[in-house]
Amino acid sequence: MRMTNSTTNNTSNTHLLEIEQVKKKIRMNNFYKGMLFLLPSIMLFSVFLFYPLFRTIYLSFFLTKASGDTTIFVGLENYVNMFASPLFLKSMKSTFLFVFYTVPTTILISLFLAVIANEKLKGIGFFRTIFSSTMGVSVAAASVLWLYLFNPTVGLFNQILDIFGFEAIGWLTDPKWALLSVSATTIWMNIGFTFLILLSGLQSIDSSLYESADIEGAGYFYKLRRITIPMLSPTLFFVITVTIINAFQSFGQIDILTQGGPVNETNLLVYSIYREAFVNYRFGSASAQAIVLFVLILFMTYLQFKLGERKVHYQ
Amino acid sequence: MTMSTSRKVIFYVILILSALLLAGPMILAFVLSLMTNQDILTGNIPTALTVDNYIRAFERSPLLSYLINSLLVSIVIMLGQLLLSSLAAYAFVFLEFKGRDILFYIFIATLMVPFEVSVIPNFHLIRDLGWIDSYAGLTIPFFATAFGTFLLRQNFKQIPKELREASQIAGIGDVKYYLTVVLPVAKSSLVTFGIYGFLSTWNMYLWPLLATTNDKVRTVQIGLKQLQTQEQVNEWGVIMAGAVIVIIPTLILLFFGQKKLQKGLTEGALK
Repeated sequence: MRMTNSTTNNTSNTHLLEIEQVKKKIRMNNFYKGMLFLLPSIMLFSVFLFYPLFRTIYLSFFLTKASGDTTIFVGLENYVNMFASPLFLKSMKSTFLFVFYTVPTTILISLFLAVIANEKLKGIGFFRTIFSSTMGVSVAAASVLWLYLFNPTVGLFNQILDIFGFEAIGWLTDPKWALLSVSATTIWMNIGFTFLILLSGLQSIDSSLYESADIEGAGYFYKLRRITIPMLSPTLFFVITVTIINAFQSFGQIDILTQGGPVNETNLLVYSIYREAFVNYRFGSASAQAIVLFVLILFMTYLQFKLGERKVHYQ
Repeated sequence: MTMSTSRKVIFYVILILSALLLAGPMILAFVLSLMTNQDILTGNIPTALTVDNYIRAFERSPLLSYLINSLLVSIVIMLGQLLLSSLAAYAFVFLEFKGRDILFYIFIATLMVPFEVSVIPNFHLIRDLGWIDSYAGLTIPFFATAFGTFLLRQNFKQIPKELREASQIAGIGDVKYYLTVVLPVAKSSLVTFGIYGFLSTWNMYLWPLLATTNDKVRTVQIGLKQLQTQEQVNEWGVIMAGAVIVIIPTLILLFFGQKKLQKGLTEGALK
């Protein structure tokens, strides 16, 4: 009895061992296959994303030659100089002002458009296409269109002012107006994408909520305030962070509309990095500025993950 | 639920006004591109329509070769992104192996590094590789994308696991399964991401500005900037003709792909 028992135990043990080995083999096999499928992406990420990121951090501690080679290690000096530089501080101020001008307005206009385009009306698809159309307009094209609108003599805005007898405004040359003008262009460009995401958010709200509100005789604006906006909050939160991140990354509209002027009024962060690196060839201090951009965007992404997760509710 | 007629009228009025305001700059650009300089400068209602501005835009700059460059670059990046992200998504969905989660977090981490942050070393890298003014320099850095991988992963996950198990018993390997089952099933998502990839590449600005120094591979966005800076103030018709030419391909793509894009982007973005 005892004998037989131990034999069966032995055989099942060897079986188990074999199964373990086969499993291990499959897992190793899967590992190689997995790496094979992922290798192209990982390689490109390493070369064009992670290496340059660390290289940017590295460069920010050095002075460089015009070729980009490092010359002297200066520690934190680039950072110290940066935060003492009135030019950089002005650039930061303009960047935050720009975010403040563009983000709330973009969201409000897009939300308004999404709400009116969410009605079940004949031909609504046409309006949805129009409202999302600025998504297809490149930053270069959008800037050129608005460059005309802002033109001091033949531009549409000053022509309208002229009709009503107002004095012409130097939209892009007057320090009071330049950042606002660049912001207006940016808002227009961003509406398409923001609208599309908000519309999707609206469409995914359960229609039974509205039906029960209708039974209780709730009005249009009551429903908007009590159902639409709260149910849309995860989507709203998402588009707000994405719009902020986009605003921090703005470059093309500055390059075409103002080149950072007048008196550096529109010298936003990425434009400032570009100028420091590719016009002044000071790659060390340009890298220090790039790290500031990195930290800002990292913080926004962190907020997105942290708060977004808690707020999102799926049905 | 039907709306009263008066409310319908109010909605239509608001919709039409909003559409006119939003599309205004584009409509205006189109009209200007067909106007004579005389009319533009005097701010008149157009007295005559002409396509002269378009002809001049093509004559004064190598616009046609810019367009071909943009088309090539966009298509190559689109295909590269589709290939790499579908391969990666396949590994994340269908292959279980040690270290997969870590790799997944690495993909998430890439979302936190905007291109502008790494643009300086990237420029030096491309220069040292001798890739300035080459299609390689304009395209290869953008092949790997976490966004595309997540979007396709979301879609691949909807393919029943049992299907893979059954195919494994039938002796179908991963490469064959990827090619003959997964890609055809996920066709719709691939098209959506393809449209998105094409749109964003066509509209790229900073990198083509840095990575091109001559007309040989320069893209149309930078071409438009050049057209604008070289034209005199009184040639708005030509500049607008250039802008219209740049916008039209993406607008057409958007008109056909808007519904797909809307669905795809929200899935990829919110889940």
